[in-house]
Amino acid sequence: MKARVTVTLKTSVLDPQGKAIEGALKSLGFGGVESVRQGKVFDLEVAGSDKAKAEAEIRQMCEKLLANTVIESYRVEIAG
Amino acid sequence: MKSAVILFPGSNRERDAARALKDVTRSDVKIVWHGETELPSGTDLVLLPGGFSYGDYLRCGAIAARSPVMDAVRAHAAKGGLVLGICNGFQILVESGLLPGVLLRNSHLKFVCRAQHLKVERNDTAFTRLYEKHQVIEVAVAHGDGNYLADADTLKRIEGEGRVAFRYCDAAGNVEKNSPNGSVNAIAGIYSEKFNVLGMMPHPENLIDPLVGGTDGAGLFESLGQKAA
Repeated sequence: MKARVTVTLKTSVLDPQGKAIEGALKSLGFGGVESVRQGKVFDLEVAGSDKAKAEAEIRQMCEKLLANTVIESYRVEIAG
Repeated sequence: MKSAVILFPGSNRERDAARALKDVTRSDVKIVWHGETELPSGTDLVLLPGGFSYGDYLRCGAIAARSPVMDAVRAHAAKGGLVLGICNGFQILVESGLLPGVLLRNSHLKFVCRAQHLKVERNDTAFTRLYEKHQVIEVAVAHGDGNYLADADTLKRIEGEGRVAFRYCDAAGNVEKNSPNGSVNAIAGIYSEKFNVLGMMPHPENLIDPLVGGTDGAGLFESLGQKAA
């Protein structure tokens, strides 16, 4: 089973990298960009076919390692 | 006193730290591999050194904070044992939950490597007893992710309990609001609730010898030696 975890900074946390990318996009002429937030994507392959069980386990992985929940939030998507 | 300096893959300041502990604190020092599950018996102080543990993969300090030895470090801290995390060691302490808050990328996105003045906020802890209160010291900073942040409630608690150890300031002791990394309240280091765990971004271990530009960091290591006496 394939799963994707997306980790992003909470909206209350300033994202200086996102700001720098936003500035670069604007300087390339993409004037319509209103804001950019940078995040991370993890693609996981997990054993078994029980989607609910896999999701519960991946959420634990997020809490314990993949995200720092002081500043980041995460989203889990299971393919298929 | 007996010290254990923890070595993670990618640590690079462990020898500087061990030297400061040996020469200034007059401590017996063991270098301990991160895969160990126990600290050497009788360890008084655990030092988490600077560097780039696990190449800063995922988040600075995140993977090191989950190493086997960190359970032993947590147990040591829970018993009131001393723990000092410098630079990457500070990042490991916040990732492991031993200190609150996080260290984000420097607000200007640049690695900062220079001499930096700090204000010693209090001198009644095991780490700072030989400094004067509000003494201004000059040590080194060298980091890309030293921008300390905590949520408003946590910050209020840390400030209320007097848990800020050091603040970035200028030579005259004026606290700089946005320097050198954007840390909230110019925080350079914080204590745990019981003041036995200290995390700090600057490097006192590199300012213990006049040959390399100053000895303002020696006070911290001398203070630790006093504790044992």
